[in-house]
Amino acid sequence: MIKFKYLRWCLGLFGISAILLFITLYPIPSLLMWQSPVLARCFFILALCFAFCLLRIMLGPTPADRAVAVDTLGILIVGFCAILSIPTGRDWYIDIAIAWALQSFIGALALAKYLEGRGFDE
Amino acid sequence: MNEIIGYIFIVVGLAFDIFGCIGLLRLPDVYNRLQATTKCVTLGTSSILLGTIVIKGLAATSIKAFLCIIFLVLTSPVAAHALSRGAHISGVKLWGKSVCDKYAEDKKSKNREE
Amino acid sequence: MKSKIILFIIGFIIWMLLGWPPNLQHALAGIFAAGFVAALTGDMFTRRPHRFINPSRYLWFGYYVFLFLWECLKANIDVALRVVNPKLPINPGIVKVKTTLKSDTALTFLANSITLTPGTFCIDIKPESGILYIHWINVESDDLDKATKLIVDKFEKVLKRVFE
Repeated sequence: MIKFKYLRWCLGLFGISAILLFITLYPIPSLLMWQSPVLARCFFILALCFAFCLLRIMLGPTPADRAVAVDTLGILIVGFCAILSIPTGRDWYIDIAIAWALQSFIGALALAKYLEGRGFDE
Repeated sequence: MNEIIGYIFIVVGLAFDIFGCIGLLRLPDVYNRLQATTKCVTLGTSSILLGTIVIKGLAATSIKAFLCIIFLVLTSPVAAHALSRGAHISGVKLWGKSVCDKYAEDKKSKNREE
Repeated sequence: MKSKIILFIIGFIIWMLLGWPPNLQHALAGIFAAGFVAALTGDMFTRRPHRFINPSRYLWFGYYVFLFLWECLKANIDVALRVVNPKLPINPGIVKVKTTLKSDTALTFLANSITLTPGTFCIDIKPESGILYIHWINVESDDLDKATKLIVDKFEKVLKRVFE
């Protein structure tokens, strides 16, 4: 059993480092390439984080796990909007980030209230 | 020069984000997962916004990003607190190898008094 | 009344920062919006408005921000090392600690800073008796006094000077 645990850890380490190496070394044809090759890779690393959160939403054994993953996804999208505002040079992406942080907070509170088993009008 | 410092901040923030998401997959129950995500993802996203401030310099964007950092640091622990309380009330058990659970003991004794 | 004026000033400053290049039209709309909000919800904002004038509180608040950032950085490195370790060295449990802080703002800031510092995470507060329930990722002692000394003490002294 313990050997199986270490095998799984090695498999996960190999998989994640292989994905990271692929993102860093492979020449990505991107629309944002003309300004900075670093930021074009940052998007794909954030996409890996999104994939982990979606996996937890799919696997999660209880509703509470899914609520936690949704909250995490909301905070990650704020960072995504902040990175997007640098190569495009458009300021209003930060406005979207602020509004997204607000609605993600209120959504998390509503999910917590649903978990407690009370109605929304109490 | 400013751009290089900003990129360093962004890459450090992305590394913390990835550690938080690996914690979301690896750790065994809801409370441990909340420990990992609410710490790592909050500091990672704040670091990305700080990198944006360093790259843009003193402009309208950087003031908005600074307000966004303050808002994120104030609200994300509150949301995590509400989610964990809701999970405990809805009856999610702790992990099998946990040491003690004073909260459930206190709730049980309070119910017995009533 | 003082509480309404303080809320009006804070709301107006945030309004002007959100639309940064300031002009007259923007400022007029901001006065109307901040005045409306302050007239509706100003009484709930603070109960003892004279505490906003004392300058030494702001100095202690600056010291608190630096302490908080240092602890937050340590917490993140701690969680990252625990997560990538193949043995997964965690030993979780919920413990009970006691605090002497009374006001609502101080309790909120205490719970937030406990949540973002190494290995601890606040689950529930009972404000009337001053008891906090804390999920600890690596339980060192489940005794009430010892846990209070390990978790709460470093923030309690500073927060007492800022908010009480």
